[in-house]
Amino acid sequence: MKALSQKRRHPLAAIALLLMGLLITGGLYAVATTVNEAKASTTSYSADDVEEGGKLFAANCATCHGMGASGTDAGPSLVGVGAASVDFQVGTGRMPMQMNGPQAMKKPVQFNDEQTNQLAAYVASLGAGPAIPEEGLLDEGGDAAAGGELFRVNCAMCHNAAAAGGALTRGKFAPALADVSGKHIYEAMVTGPQNMPVFSDSNITPEDKRDIITFLKQIETTGSPGGADLGSLGPVAEGLFVWVAGLGVIIAFTIWLTSRTS
Amino acid sequence: MSAASTAEPAFVAKTKTGRVTDFVDQRVGGSGILREFGRKVFPDHWSFMFGEVALYSFVILLLSGTFLTFFFDPSMAETHYDGSYVPLKGVEMSVAYSSSLDISFDIRGGLFMRQVHHWAALLFVASIAVHMLRVFFTGAFRKPREMNWVVGSVLLILAMAAGFTGYSLPDDLLSGNGLRIIDGVIKSIPVIGTYISFFLFGGEFPGTAVIGRLYMLHILLVPALILLMIVLHLFMVVVHKHTQYPGPGRNDNNVVGYPLGPVYAAKAGGFFFIVFGVLALMAGFFTINPIWNYGPYDPSPVSAGTQPDWYIGFVDGALRLMPGTFGDWQVEQTWLGFVFSFNVLLPALVPAGILFTVMFMYPWIERWITKDDREHHVLDRPRNAPTRTAIGMAGFVWYCVMWAAAGSDLIATHFSVSLNDVTYWLRALFFIGPIIAFIVTKRVALALQRKDREIALHGRETGRIVRLPHGEFIEVHAPLDEYKRYKLVGFESPEVLPAVPNEHGVVTRKEKRRAFLSKWFFEDRVAPASPAELEAAHGHGHGHEAVEAQESAKSLSR
Repeated sequence: MKALSQKRRHPLAAIALLLMGLLITGGLYAVATTVNEAKASTTSYSADDVEEGGKLFAANCATCHGMGASGTDAGPSLVGVGAASVDFQVGTGRMPMQMNGPQAMKKPVQFNDEQTNQLAAYVASLGAGPAIPEEGLLDEGGDAAAGGELFRVNCAMCHNAAAAGGALTRGKFAPALADVSGKHIYEAMVTGPQNMPVFSDSNITPEDKRDIITFLKQIETTGSPGGADLGSLGPVAEGLFVWVAGLGVIIAFTIWLTSRTS
Repeated sequence: MSAASTAEPAFVAKTKTGRVTDFVDQRVGGSGILREFGRKVFPDHWSFMFGEVALYSFVILLLSGTFLTFFFDPSMAETHYDGSYVPLKGVEMSVAYSSSLDISFDIRGGLFMRQVHHWAALLFVASIAVHMLRVFFTGAFRKPREMNWVVGSVLLILAMAAGFTGYSLPDDLLSGNGLRIIDGVIKSIPVIGTYISFFLFGGEFPGTAVIGRLYMLHILLVPALILLMIVLHLFMVVVHKHTQYPGPGRNDNNVVGYPLGPVYAAKAGGFFFIVFGVLALMAGFFTINPIWNYGPYDPSPVSAGTQPDWYIGFVDGALRLMPGTFGDWQVEQTWLGFVFSFNVLLPALVPAGILFTVMFMYPWIERWITKDDREHHVLDRPRNAPTRTAIGMAGFVWYCVMWAAAGSDLIATHFSVSLNDVTYWLRALFFIGPIIAFIVTKRVALALQRKDREIALHGRETGRIVRLPHGEFIEVHAPLDEYKRYKLVGFESPEVLPAVPNEHGVVTRKEKRRAFLSKWFFEDRVAPASPAELEAAHGHGHGHEAVEAQESAKSLSR
């Protein structure tokens, strides 16, 4: 302790202090942010997967994302986006992107599961990021009611309370969530694809995400108790239906009723 | 004894039913009423039946609504749902929402009744709207029916009020969002808005009182007023007698049609069950307002695709179209420490205000312009009143632009276009749409009149081309029969009424304005073919008839 106090007026003391401060705050920040990526790349991919993935990447993705996924003017860097992001974007067919537009559209999947996995392995090897969620979080065994409340507070403003989708600005949109697998819903929440915000694990815990998936799957399997749901689009669809079908049928009857006598 | 002997022997009915009927008749005079009403004549046309649809929808609303009141609890007390819909199990909600869910899932026939009620509500307002359009475009609002037009307009507003108060009752997320918009509109009224809102909600929105209050309005006050207005409306229909479309033998002094009894009574009774059946099928097969999807109301979440029911849509659409700023100029202004939210106030109240004011006043506006004080019981075909039809279409298009704007997000997602572009286009159409509609409608109406005139004078084109012996080609025109021709020539075609001086010999400024409007109204007109013209055309047509004679001769000789 004495040596330290003697050297406190050393010309480099201030710099040493500054360095120490930076290291501490930097280190704390690193720890704090990795909480959100607690499950970052825990699944280990074989060197083979990474190598094959690299080849696939160079052939299919590098045009836009650059060699080594470092990004170009046409596409962002993928260093640190994690395996979950690749699994979502490639697994739903959004990547490779068909054309530029307000957002990448869903389309038939271009790679099989193995190739998707290899691509994910490659991107995951470039930097730590959210990993593909474990099966246990996707088993739809959560609390649907709690998930419903979370969904209405966090998701419904874009995706619609019945998960029927909705419009965003300038041609962007939040898609309908029926027929989306639990895995992809989870990955979308942790990676925030397209215009979606990231719902990190400190924002919505993995268990809460499981509840949301449970809720979505439950309303999907429950179906519509009151008959055909008209797209679950609310009063616009109902209004259109009453004007076109309801009044249409009634007009047909009025014509029938008044055609007999004259 | 002697009095009894001079009087005719008292009528004694043979059957028991007859005796009971006679007993009642002697006390309430039913047969007189029946004789009067049973001979009421109604002309037959499909477009005359929308008022009936509205009436029947209202009856169905009363029946299904009464069922719903047995089980609905309009309380905003908090509870935890414990019914059979699993995705909401244990969720905190109001008793109102919980009881609505119980009606939907745990009460036998409850969901069906809810859906009948809601579909009937949509049909009720829709049929009123179509009925009013029919009345407007055929000129049925003219003397003596101006006041009935006003009663009908009041009914439209009451129907909207009934719909809106009902829409808010289940206290789900969708209806709560709707109430929040109304709250915002009320609060945008300068100075007193906040006080009105606090008065309505019993404090800060949403409070704990509003559902109960809306319930009272919805099940008591508004339906009672509607019922009163319906009575007035039908009473005036009986007094005025029904209008009729122009046709041979029909004029302003008669009504050609079938008597109420037995034909119309049977038809109308049957039609009630048809409307009921259509609504029941809709309720059975198509879900409406699936409140379980929306979850309980909580002021924080707003769902995408939140819209009001269709009849409030145009107000919502106007709100969506209003920009918040013009360049750097904020529409919301702070003057003398008060905030004036013109960005909400203007779109919410001004278009609706203009629409309803013009709607209420239109009979008097037209009456003032035309100086027409005669009674009209024969309707105009819309084409024969081109300017009125054009005004109606302009208003209709204006309404539809705002209406469409309420679904701007769904237009964007379903037609894969940008939401912003939809808004820009609709903003442009808000101003130019009515003008285009006016011009196009007027031209189309005039063109149809010219076509009518042409057909009346020269008959219908048959498409048969005939070559005459000297080589000339002509198309054979089939002459019209008299009944059809009457429809094409038997209408009034008012001319411009120039300004005339009043009793002091002065042409007032108001009279000049009236003359200007009269010119605008009737300057462009196609006069119906006059008898002289018809005679001339008939003479001219001899050539054709000769051709036809030749034609038939030729086909006979073959």
